[in-house]
Amino acid sequence: MRIQINIAALKRSKWQEYLARFIFGGAVTAVAGIIAKRYGPEIGGLFLATPAIFPAAATLLEKHEEKKRRAESGRELRAHELAGVDAAGAAMGSVGLAAFAVVVWCLSPHYPLALVMVAATLAWFAVAVAMWLARKIVWRNLRARFRKRSHQPGVVRKLSGRKPSHP
Amino acid sequence: MIEILLRVIIGGIVVSAFAAIADTLKPKSFAGLLGAAPSVALATVVLTVKEHGAMYASVEARSMILGAAAFFLYASVASRLMIRKKWPALPVSSLALLLWLGAAIGLWFGFHKLMS
Repeated sequence: MRIQINIAALKRSKWQEYLARFIFGGAVTAVAGIIAKRYGPEIGGLFLATPAIFPAAATLLEKHEEKKRRAESGRELRAHELAGVDAAGAAMGSVGLAAFAVVVWCLSPHYPLALVMVAATLAWFAVAVAMWLARKIVWRNLRARFRKRSHQPGVVRKLSGRKPSHP
Repeated sequence: MIEILLRVIIGGIVVSAFAAIADTLKPKSFAGLLGAAPSVALATVVLTVKEHGAMYASVEARSMILGAAAFFLYASVASRLMIRKKWPALPVSSLALLLWLGAAIGLWFGFHKLMS
C-alpha cells in the first residue's frame, strides 16, 4: 500500500479529543521535567522517550474504526487489530527515537542547539522510515516464501498435522 | 511554576501536532511511526539546554536511548496483544505503560551495573 495523506481525516476528531491529547502531552512533558529536576538527568532522560502520543492515538483510532465498521459492514480488519498495526509502526518508530537520542547525546555539547535538533529530528525520521520499509520487505518475502512452501503437499501435512484434502 | 506551565503548553502543542499528522497518514503502520515521535524530547531539550546547559541535555539524551529501547518492548507487546489476542486498545496501551516504566528502570539499573 502506498503512503497517502488525507487532510479530511482531521475532521473525524472532535475538539474534546484534541484537548485530551494536548492535556496528556503537556502533562507527560511537565512530569518528565519534574522527575529530571528531582532525580537528576540520568533518570529524567528515560522519560523523554515516554509513549506520550501512542495510548491516546491508538484508543482514538480504535474508536473511529469501530464507528466506520458499524457504518460499512465487511471491513477487512477489526478496529483493535488496526490499533495493533499502529502499535507495530510505533515499535519501528522507537528505533528512530533511539537514533534521535544518540544524535542529541553526541552532538549537543559541540554544536548549536538549533542544528542539533534539526539533525536529530531528521535522524529519527530517516531511521523510522528505513525500519518501516525494511519490515515491509521482510514480511513480503516471508509471506511469499510461506505461500510457495504451503503449495507443496508435504509441507501442508507437516504444518497442519493432517493429510491435505486435495491431491 | 512558570517553567512547568511552559512545559505543559509546549509539550501539549508538540504532542498534538504529531498526533494530528499521524491522523492524516495511511497506511496505519506508517502513521504508527509518529506514535513514537520525539515529541516530549523536542519540547523538553530546548528548555533544558536554556536552563542547565548542553552537557545536562547530553546526559539526558544518553538515558533516553534506554527509554527508547523500553518503548520498543512496550509497542511490540501492545501490538501483539491487540492483533493476536484481540484485546482492546485502551486497557492494553494504558497497562503496558507499566511495562515501559519497568523496562526503562530495569535497563537503566542494568546499564549502570554493567558500567560500574
